[in-house]
Amino acid sequence: MAATAPDIAAPRAPRNRRTTRTNWELYGWLFMRASGVLLLILIFGHLFVNLMTGDGIQQIDFAFVAGKLSSPFWQTWDLLMLWLAMIHGTNGVRTIINDYAERIGTRVVLKSALYLAFTITVTLGTLVIFTFDPCPPGSPDDLLPALCFD
Amino acid sequence: MTAVLENPEADAATEVGAVPSFDVTLRVRRFNPEADEPEAYWEEFTVTAYGTDRVLDALHKVKWETDGSLTFRRSCAHGICGSDAMRINGRNRLACKALLKDLDPAKPIVVEPIKGLPVIKDLVVDMEPFFASYREIMPFLVAGGPEPSAERRQSPAERERYDDTTKCILCAACTTSCPVFWTDGQYFGPAAIVNAHRFIFDSRDEGGAQRLEILNDKEGVWRCRTVFNCSEACPRGIEVTKAIQEVKRAMITRAF
Repeated sequence: MAATAPDIAAPRAPRNRRTTRTNWELYGWLFMRASGVLLLILIFGHLFVNLMTGDGIQQIDFAFVAGKLSSPFWQTWDLLMLWLAMIHGTNGVRTIINDYAERIGTRVVLKSALYLAFTITVTLGTLVIFTFDPCPPGSPDDLLPALCFD
Repeated sequence: MTAVLENPEADAATEVGAVPSFDVTLRVRRFNPEADEPEAYWEEFTVTAYGTDRVLDALHKVKWETDGSLTFRRSCAHGICGSDAMRINGRNRLACKALLKDLDPAKPIVVEPIKGLPVIKDLVVDMEPFFASYREIMPFLVAGGPEPSAERRQSPAERERYDDTTKCILCAACTTSCPVFWTDGQYFGPAAIVNAHRFIFDSRDEGGAQRLEILNDKEGVWRCRTVFNCSEACPRGIEVTKAIQEVKRAMITRAF
C-alpha cells in the first residue's frame, strides 16, 4: 500500500465490522447438527433401556441407577449424553440470547447466567458419573440402601 | 393510473371493456421528522381505484390528489428498480407489483415502511446500513491475470449455476423481513449474501475465498435461522434461503 493511496470510495472502503476471522460460528453450526443426530440415538436408547426393557418403569430405583453407573458402558453413554446435551442446549440458548437480547448489558447478564448454569451442571454431572458409590465406606448403616448389605 | 380515459365522452364506448372501479382504504404508517414532536401515527385515505390498479397507483392518487406530503420512494414503477419495497398488509412487497384487487380491498390495506431500517419520513427509510452490508461483500468481479482482449467466456451451465441470484434488484424486501436483522441490524442480511452468492459461484470470479471469509463473520451466514421470510418476501422469486444454505455449504467444504 503506497502512502499516497487516494481515498478509495466504497465498495472498496475498509470494512467497519470487526472480523471474527475464526471458524468458531461454523463449528458451532456444524456441532448443532452432528450432536442433534447423536442425541436422538443416545436419548431414545436411554429411554428404551430404562422404560421398555426388563421390568419397565417399575425397575427404576436407587439400585437400578447404581447398577447402571457402575458399568463403564453406561458411564460412557451417560457422560456423552450429558456433555452433548449441555453443549447443544447452551449453544442454542446462546444464539437465542444473541437474537433477542438487544442491549449489551442484558446479553452479558444472560450469557453469564447461562455459562454458570452450564459449568455447574456439567461439573456436578461428570463428578456423579465417575465418583458415584452407592455404599460409601464409613457411613452409618441406617443411611445406606438395602443393596449394600446383600 | 393506466386504463383510465380522461375523456368523459368515451364512457359509452369503453363500457364493454370497462375496468371495474371500487373504493379502497389505505391505512398508512406516517412519520414527519419536522413535526414539533415527531411521532409515527396511522392515517387512512380512501380513494377510488380500478381493478388494474396497484398499491402504488393508490399511493400516487393520494399524493397527487389528497395529501401531497405523503412521502414514498418509487422510480421505475414496474418492479425493476427496487425503490418501492414496503410492508403491505404485513408482508414485504413492491407497491408497484401488488394489485389492489389481490389484497382484499374490502378491508383497509395497511401500508408501512419496511422494518429494521431507520424511518426518515413516512414510507422512506434510510437504506445506508443495507447498502453498507452489500458493499462489504465486494459486489464486483474479482479477476486475476492479464485482462483478456475479448470477453471472459463461460459455458451456459456455468452461467446457470448462479442465475437465480443475478435477479436481485436490491429492494431490501428480504433483509427487512428477516427477524434476525430486526433485532440489532448487525447481521449482513439475506440480500448481501445473495449478492455474494452471485459472485462466489461465478466461474470467472476469483474473489470467492475472500467473500466466504467475510461472510464467515459471526454476523454472517451463521446467523441465518432458515426462517424463509426472505424467500417469501423476494419480489423476484429468488430462492434466497437456498442461496444462503449454498454459501454455508461452500464454507463447510472449504473448512474441511
